[in-house]
Amino acid sequence: MDHLDQLESQSVYILREAFNRIDKLAMLWSLGKDSNVMIWLARKAFLGHVPFPVMHIDTGKKFPEMYAFRDRYAVEWNLNLVLEDCPPVEEVDPTLPPNARSAARKTLGLRNAIAGHKLTGVIAGIRRDEESVRAKERVFSPRGDTGQWDFRDQPPEFWDHFNTDLPPGTHLRVHPLLHWTEIDIWRYIEREGIPVVDLYFAKNGKRYRSLGDSDITFPIDSDAATLEAIITELEVTRAPERAGRAMDRETEDAFERLRAAGYM
Amino acid sequence: MSSRAVSPATDLLREQLRIVIVGHVDHGKSTLVGRLFHDTGSLPDGKLDAIKAMCERRGMPFEWAFLMDAFQSERDQGITIDTAQIWFKTKKRDYVIIDAPGHREFIKNMITGAASAEAAVLLIDAGHGVQQQSRLHGFLLHLLGIRQLVVLVNKMDLVEYSGARFAAIRREFSDYLEGIGVTPSYFIPIAARGGDNIVERSALMPWYEGPTLIEALDNFQPAARLTDLPLRLPLQDIYKFDDRRILVGRVESGRLSVGDKLLFSPSNKTARIASIESWNSPAPVLEAHAGQSIGITLDDQLFLERGEIASLEQDPPVETNVFRGRLFWLGHEPLQVGNSYLLKLATREARVTVQAIERVFDADDLSAKPAVEVPRHGVADVILRSLPLLALDEGRHIARTGRFVLGDGTNIVAGGIIDMEGYPDQRELVTKRSSNIHKVEHGVLADARAERNGHRGGILWFTGLSGAGKSTLAMAVEQELFRKGYQVYVLDGDNVRYGLNANLGFSPDDRAENIRRVGEVAALFADAGMIVITAFISPYRADRQRAREAAKGGLHEIYIQADVETCEQRDPKGLYKKARSGEIAEFTGISAPYEPPESAELIVDTGAMSVEQSLATILHYIEENFSLLKVNHGNGA
Repeated sequence: MDHLDQLESQSVYILREAFNRIDKLAMLWSLGKDSNVMIWLARKAFLGHVPFPVMHIDTGKKFPEMYAFRDRYAVEWNLNLVLEDCPPVEEVDPTLPPNARSAARKTLGLRNAIAGHKLTGVIAGIRRDEESVRAKERVFSPRGDTGQWDFRDQPPEFWDHFNTDLPPGTHLRVHPLLHWTEIDIWRYIEREGIPVVDLYFAKNGKRYRSLGDSDITFPIDSDAATLEAIITELEVTRAPERAGRAMDRETEDAFERLRAAGYM
Repeated sequence: MSSRAVSPATDLLREQLRIVIVGHVDHGKSTLVGRLFHDTGSLPDGKLDAIKAMCERRGMPFEWAFLMDAFQSERDQGITIDTAQIWFKTKKRDYVIIDAPGHREFIKNMITGAASAEAAVLLIDAGHGVQQQSRLHGFLLHLLGIRQLVVLVNKMDLVEYSGARFAAIRREFSDYLEGIGVTPSYFIPIAARGGDNIVERSALMPWYEGPTLIEALDNFQPAARLTDLPLRLPLQDIYKFDDRRILVGRVESGRLSVGDKLLFSPSNKTARIASIESWNSPAPVLEAHAGQSIGITLDDQLFLERGEIASLEQDPPVETNVFRGRLFWLGHEPLQVGNSYLLKLATREARVTVQAIERVFDADDLSAKPAVEVPRHGVADVILRSLPLLALDEGRHIARTGRFVLGDGTNIVAGGIIDMEGYPDQRELVTKRSSNIHKVEHGVLADARAERNGHRGGILWFTGLSGAGKSTLAMAVEQELFRKGYQVYVLDGDNVRYGLNANLGFSPDDRAENIRRVGEVAALFADAGMIVITAFISPYRADRQRAREAAKGGLHEIYIQADVETCEQRDPKGLYKKARSGEIAEFTGISAPYEPPESAELIVDTGAMSVEQSLATILHYIEENFSLLKVNHGNGA
């Protein structure tokens, strides 16, 4: 087994545990490369099926290419697609810096969706290497009734025995991609032939490395117009992946505050 | 700014090794990591400057540790809170560092981190020497199965790079580790702050001739291949999304191929692999090996549940309902004899009770003492017992199916390694079939037995809904008959399930097997000349018919009749209430069918009759059909 085989097998194991242990389960689909890989892994785990709803928490501010991608592959992949709106920015904690405040709409949208569908588990495509606050996550991560994350007192998790028994009113975040890195994702996309939004590929010297809301996400300088070129670029870059995500870096703890409040 | 983990630009062919860094708080773990990153050129652009700027802003001296301590709260408190993972690389391969905090309260995080590591680095402060945490971490690493260990004696700059000081610590800690059967691969004197003996050999310690940390790490091997061990495939789930019935799970050890005959434990069923299912794989899959998450179909539609372990027939797991676990205890409340916990072993879950605490280890001097409880963070040998049979392995034989965790409420409170010394494999007790069975004609004839007893042997098979009165009447009948001099015995659901059928659950297959065994045992009792009364719901006609056949004419079906409403109103065990609330699934009469007898020998309507009337009816029937004595109800002669 090579490195990608090992990652794939581990993610499949996690997805199957989630499906077996969690009653009301949904997978989050941000339309980005990571969650496309996650849907692909679910089809591996469930032999071509995705046996739970796939949920897009829609800020209404994604790039048009992303909506087109969603509508095409929801049909092609035979997904049970559930769309959820986000509340207006006025309802978000005003003490957050402006870009983080914009991103936090998604947290509220997610919280409403979890309550509305009475979900007890949400599968999210976060990775440890994206951001060092995410590096501290568990694979099965319990959340309070408002979605908050108590990173100071996380339950132990070892030997692939995940905490799946929860007090009422709480839910689990399940992270099947936690051990993957950005370059793993791209290599797997290349190996499996997984479709992604065109915005990741360079046009006129610019490409998006990470996709979020169109007003707070910026492209990087790049000539990588193919999968191969992206992988080569990542092999040498020392710039962080989320450099184009304005919300992360407004203040030292902006992302940590977003996460503690229930951001993915 | 925010701190950022560093992603490796891995070549797929490059090896990756997961290492954990442990040791007493303040012995320099985070500083070491910062230094490792810097010295191997693994830091992202601008990272060093960002940390420097942050330190200046706060008016504090530069700290390598801030690289790992990403949380604002951690920076403020100056301790690492939870397990984090970051990557660096050497010329030889890529490393994932799992940073484990040293604060005593955070042992669970250290275990979470260290359990997935292939090698460990343990730090000891040259000035403070070996501390309790150093010893405890060494012990836990051993328990977690980590066999590749490098011990770093750090802060050599604070002891004037003294070779004598290094040798003293090395001697003390080696002696300790030897006591738990650990031989560290390397002892290295370092000064993390200055980078001495990390990547670059230190000019300040010319007396040290061993490898640098990086050289030592590069000498370690990735986790041993599990492919050569016996096959273990714990069932994770059974899917029926389409017309295929697919068993899924991860091969924990060994290998399998299409056509192999699998033995499932503890149900002891066998079937051959018809296919290995896959999606989007370039070619049909014909074999699989350790580490792969797979799906298979069988040539026989066995009823199987999550938790069964598939193996090959020649090297199956142990079956037992009692075992010894050497465990580390993470619960807030102490572990005590008699307490009950949820065992998780591979994909199996079962309630276990603590039967005994054999010894509790003192992490300081490794002395083992008998104790009545295991305190938080204690390590102990305990005997655990379950009601159903479990399939498992000895930890030293197959680690993946030889270890377990215990759950209490919603928390994992222990992890442990299985040791079966002194406990036999119970597989043969439940499966052994003599290959040399000849029916032996008894020298004592049935008539002779009946003559001596004054009655014929036979079975009174009570059937009816839960709450209809089967057990009540069975016990009353037994008492009356015994008083009258009958050889009589009641086989009741609960007492049979504690012994004879302790390995059966409540799945449809297991229920059927339960009734089959009761039927066979009852037939033997009847053959021995006794009157045996069975009190089982036994809802299916097919199961009762099978029992009737086993009894060769000696079975009398007694329908203890009462409608569901009446039974639910009685509800002597509170089961209907649980069934209505959904706490019990597939409850006969509520959510599972009851098939009333079509031609019962006797119908006793307990809805219409009192217990006394019912009892009299049954006793009359028995006397009419089994007694050899001429009974005259008028005078009892």
